[in-house]
Amino acid sequence: MTRQFWMAAVAALCLTTPVLGETTPTAVAYTDGAIETSLTGGPGDAAAGKTVMTTASLGNCVACHQIGTIPEADFQGDIAPPLDGVAGRYTEAELRGLVANAKMTFEGSFMPAFYKTEGFIRPGAAYSGKAPTEALPPILTAQQVEDVVAYLMTMTE
Amino acid sequence: LALAGPAFADPVEDSLSIDTDDGTLDIVTTTAAPPHLSDTMDTIYSGWHFRETETRDLQRDDFDNPGMVYVDRALDSWNKAQGAKGESCAGCHEGPESMKGLRAVTPRVDPDSGALMTVENYVNECVTDRMGLEPWGMTGDKMKDMLALISMQSRGEPVNVAIDGAAAPFWEQGKEIYYTRFGQLEMSCANCHEDNQGRYIRADHLSQGQVNGFPVYRLKDAGILSAQQRFVGCVRDTRAETFKPDSAEFKALELYVASRGNGLAVEGVSVRH
Ligand code: HEC
Ligand code: HEC
Ligand code: HEC
Repeated sequence: MTRQFWMAAVAALCLTTPVLGETTPTAVAYTDGAIETSLTGGPGDAAAGKTVMTTASLGNCVACHQIGTIPEADFQGDIAPPLDGVAGRYTEAELRGLVANAKMTFEGSFMPAFYKTEGFIRPGAAYSGKAPTEALPPILTAQQVEDVVAYLMTMTE
Repeated sequence: LALAGPAFADPVEDSLSIDTDDGTLDIVTTTAAPPHLSDTMDTIYSGWHFRETETRDLQRDDFDNPGMVYVDRALDSWNKAQGAKGESCAGCHEGPESMKGLRAVTPRVDPDSGALMTVENYVNECVTDRMGLEPWGMTGDKMKDMLALISMQSRGEPVNVAIDGAAAPFWEQGKEIYYTRFGQLEMSCANCHEDNQGRYIRADHLSQGQVNGFPVYRLKDAGILSAQQRFVGCVRDTRAETFKPDSAEFKALELYVASRGNGLAVEGVSVRH
């Protein structure tokens, strides 16, 4: 077997199994809706977070929120409060909790929980409309949640 | 929840009169909510009010409505001797106008069998039991064409599905589904079409999710769509495992959603984007 094959196999495995040192979705501890420590143990990348927030299959935050700092994302929704200045309203820990599971902060919120894998009614395999054949992954990975939080922390006005 | 930004948009104020072969037909697209919804909303609107001007205009004249092609196709099917022994719909029912009124009151419970019947269910009963054919696919072309032709016979009549008596248990089941938050996104029909009606979810202007316009010609799909096909799409968008068209769940849901539109006119074949 070639070295390349092995590297590909390892990379594929990384997508499905939690990275060492990460907090898994079921192990997250919420304090009044907030998550104190980084889900990866490290910092997020704000630029990557911006991509997650505007990509329909990932965060798709602009479907519901207006984000003035990302004008290039067109047709921003008006379901939810605009996110501008959000870093002034919430701490990093609170924002991490909001992205991971906003229902821990706002009971019954319409906002989807992006880092949650249990407790759903008829969950499907992503947008296929079919039942999942494997354990349900969270919508965003721990790294992606941290990336989004990093971007939100730049939104000071 | 604070209303965000200037994009918040109510249904467009407009009214629909359709130029047909038999003159102008006025369509009720806005009316008072039926009594069972009075705690929730005052006014119900056809999805027509939530679409762009160009899309709304396509429905003002049958000549412009791309859905009419399917109605014509169904008329051929109606008259054709296609049963195992050469039976045709026309042979037993005469003209399609014999179906007048049916679309406005379905889904309904058949008094003889106690089953909840959609227009499609009635059609397939004739196709199999009376014509000796294999059932038509619920969302196949033949079925949807026929649904379009039959719906056209009730165009302009107010939707008036029964929700009491034998229909009550089905209606309750449908209501329960309407308010259940399905899928990994944990969203119910009501979350989008009741709580957030009039708002924009990305580029989509959220209507009340009414089914009086079905079947609809959907510009995106360049084809016609039944109500339950639309439900499949909406449930899939919540990252959920959908129900199938003609499942007990979706039939009950169609009855419930139709009842939320009691008072709006049947649109025959509507146009949406
Ligand atoms: C389907 C709609 C929807 C999506 C998608 C969505 N949100 Fe939200 N969000 C809401 C709603 C609604 C609220 C308001 C809280 C409430 O009332 O439940 C909210 C609140 C928030 C808040 C608190 C804002 C404040 O000023 O109080 C933050 C921060 C937030 N969302 C971030 C995000 C991020 C980041 C994403 C994408 C990763 C996202 N949201 C995706 C609907 C959504
Ligand atoms: C995530 C949001 C969302 C959810 C949840 C949702 N829908 Fe929709 N629905 C839409 C959007 C967006 C459209 C297209 C714009 C419109 O007509 O509202 C739509 C369109 C429709 C239409 C077409 C209306 C017309 O006149 O063409 C019907 C009917 C409908 N939905 C019913 C339902 C039902 C029933 C459910 C629950 C099983 C449901 N929807 C759940 C977003 C949603
Ligand atoms: C051999 C005779 C026969 C043929 C052929 C036939 N039907 Fe029927 N159809 C009936 C009878 C009988 C009923 C039941 C009438 C009743 O219960 O009042 C019926 C009922 C229906 C109904 C329900 C009407 C209502 O108001 O309850 C529909 C819709 C229908 N047929 C459509 C069709 C279509 C479409 C075709 C052709 C594809 C077709 N039928 C072919 C005899 C036939």
